Amino acid sequence: MSFRAKSTTDDGVVTIRLIGDLDSRSAPVLNELIAEIDAQPVRRLVLLVDELAYLSSAGLRCLVFAHQKMGRGVDIVLVGVRPEVAETIRLTGFDRSVIMQDPVET
Amino acid sequence: MSRTLPQRIDAYPTHWIAGLSVRSGRLMPFGATEVPGGVNFSVYSNNATAMTLVLFRRGERGPFAELPFPAEFRIGGVYAMTVFGIDPETTQYGYRADGPFRPEEGHRFDATRILVDPYAKVLNGQEIWGVPVDRDQEFPRRSGIAPDDFDWEGDRPLGLPEEDLVVYEAHVRGFTRHPSAAVGAPGTFAGLVEKIPYLKELGVTCVELMPVFEFDEMDNVRVDPTTGDRLHNYWGYSTVGFFAPKASFAATGRHGMQVDEFKNLVKELHKAGIEVMLDVVFNHTAEGNELGPTISFRGLDNRVYYMLTSDGYYYNFSGTGNTVNCNHPVVRGFVLDCLRYWASEFHVDGFRFDLASILGRAQDGRSLMEPPLVETLAGDPVLRDCKLIAEAWDAGGLYQVGSFPDYCRFGEWNGRYRDTVRRFLRGDLGVTGDLATRMVGSPDLYHRRGPVASVNFVTAHDGFTLHDLVSYDDKHNDGNGEGNRDGDNANHSWNCGAEGPTDDPEVLALRGRQQRNAFLLLLTSLGIPMIVAGDEAGRTQQGNNNAYCHDDEISWFDWDLVDRNSDLVRFVRNAIAFRKAHPALRRREHPTGHTGEGIFPDTSWHGAHAWTPEWSGYSRLLAAMHCTRDGDIVYVAANSHWEGCDLELPELPEHLAWHVFADTAAPSPGDSHEPGSEPRLADQSSIRIGPRSVLVLTAGTRSSISRGED
Repeated sequence: MSFRAKSTTDDGVVTIRLIGDLDSRSAPVLNELIAEIDAQPVRRLVLLVDELAYLSSAGLRCLVFAHQKMGRGVDIVLVGVRPEVAETIRLTGFDRSVIMQDPVET
Repeated sequence: MSRTLPQRIDAYPTHWIAGLSVRSGRLMPFGATEVPGGVNFSVYSNNATAMTLVLFRRGERGPFAELPFPAEFRIGGVYAMTVFGIDPETTQYGYRADGPFRPEEGHRFDATRILVDPYAKVLNGQEIWGVPVDRDQEFPRRSGIAPDDFDWEGDRPLGLPEEDLVVYEAHVRGFTRHPSAAVGAPGTFAGLVEKIPYLKELGVTCVELMPVFEFDEMDNVRVDPTTGDRLHNYWGYSTVGFFAPKASFAATGRHGMQVDEFKNLVKELHKAGIEVMLDVVFNHTAEGNELGPTISFRGLDNRVYYMLTSDGYYYNFSGTGNTVNCNHPVVRGFVLDCLRYWASEFHVDGFRFDLASILGRAQDGRSLMEPPLVETLAGDPVLRDCKLIAEAWDAGGLYQVGSFPDYCRFGEWNGRYRDTVRRFLRGDLGVTGDLATRMVGSPDLYHRRGPVASVNFVTAHDGFTLHDLVSYDDKHNDGNGEGNRDGDNANHSWNCGAEGPTDDPEVLALRGRQQRNAFLLLLTSLGIPMIVAGDEAGRTQQGNNNAYCHDDEISWFDWDLVDRNSDLVRFVRNAIAFRKAHPALRRREHPTGHTGEGIFPDTSWHGAHAWTPEWSGYSRLLAAMHCTRDGDIVYVAANSHWEGCDLELPELPEHLAWHVFADTAAPSPGDSHEPGSEPRLADQSSIRIGPRSVLVLTAGTRSSISRGED
């Protein structure tokens, strides 16, 4: 399955919607996107992951990369993480790097 | 935008093998390493004649590619190849090594087998505890490639002074596997993280983890004779992969994230001020003897990795079938690489070497005065700040407690300490003098290195728990399936009047006191104290003193005990806090007996009369008074007689007064006090020590400590 990432920016809040499989093949795409965003003034990075079909460990690391790249001052919010992925994030301690939220219907 | 750097000129393939683009690889580092565009593989064998890299995709039974190393990819005995375009996350690998099969000469090459990389950072095939490897598969254990981009958040090894260590020996699975542990991921690194607040509150400063390198818990063929259940190799002193954290100790092992989960455990323990020491087993491997499985070393270079007799059989100094040839130059390098990896990549603070005397044996089994491996580890810059602790004996008859070639770097598990304290507590005659030596850091054994070379312990994973030490005269190992023949017979234990469970209140009270006596002696002795996980809560193994094979209630920490025996837990917590509060108990030098600039000698000995120790063979009473130059004074009295007696106390200067920290003869909660709130003694000239009791006093200014009776 392919991977797509769409980003929008609104007053320092960058929202990226992730669609498809985020694994070691597609992770560089997201990494590159994050590196580009880092050039802008950002205070919050929101990753909408509820349309991710698959998130591998390399995909997870990508989220940590975002945390390291953006620095501690930027909140990184994951929206719509599946329970088993949330569990993996928690057990490996990556939950300290990100904020996990349930999707909000708008 | 950041400037794009020019591509390296060696980042392109030169060969095409088995449908993959490759080039001659880098020899260092050994193992599989992610490089731009692919993965670098490097493996060595001095006696192989040819090597093939075998690649698998995760989840597929057969390999997708076999790549023989071209001659120009080999330098000396090292085969290295960079493979481009493979996904490190889903690629698994192994090697076929070709060479002579001549067991009488020590060679056991067999190119039909696929071998585990000794440097594999991740091992697949046993991600779920208790499920054996799939032996129907051609290659059930596959090496994996670990990312090394963990976010340490600035963490580094803590570097605590040795004298500040209070070691807590724990089994990763046993610590949180019991349902009462009530953690999200029982029996795992993540589960242990959830219990860090408990450890912090208890006050321990170092967790020593029993083996966490990948091992096969299913390699035990015995069954429990009563239940018929298959027994395990639960402890894990049988390494399969020296660089790989045990996958089934990680809740995320099924996602291949055990490396991250273990690193997170280390990071979180460090945040709590607790060091991490690993129990490492370099004396033997899981491959056993001639009849054992070929996993890695046997097929890669049998004659190099194992000590062999002149006709090619395996020496068995470890008691488990084979013996690692530790002082072969190749093996020395391997052990060093491994420890450097754990120290640098995992921020581990120290290592405890299982059956370390084997590290000092020559290739023919002789004991060496100056073993090159031990010297190498002692002087290595990467390991410079790591604590190195030897279990200074082996199963081949070497017993080197006090004589292990330490290079002023290695400490030791002090087996003499354990035996003497046990015998004294039991009431044996003739050990009071030896107890004195043990209480001050065993200067007879560690004269050059000081007390911190001595890891003091009364119990360890190997043997009775403390509760069982005072509840059983004899071992009860029938459940191990060997007719109670396994396990040590010299336990120096005493059941206090009834063998095993009893409801006799007097017996139970005495057992409670004996456990407190042991803790108090341990935590007031100079040296590094070590506690076994659960002993602080009265954990029992039902008299089993060799529970290596039990993955059940015998081995697991029942956390309900923490509530049920909360008075004992509180006592231990106070005793640890007392140790922390008193530099007199954490000295780096053995006592000289001189007064120097202090009020009293650094350590002085006393008996029923102050300044008059009773060293006769019939004495069951001993008191020590420790004093620092800065005026920290601690008085420890131990009475193993069944009657109490009055102790004349050393007279303190005018401005000081004796305060009671602990009296094991007193009922809880009066058996111990929080440091700083010790009650002042009404009678400053003498105190009654109860039968089979330990007393600990400290000198405080007449006004400072006394918030209690006056």
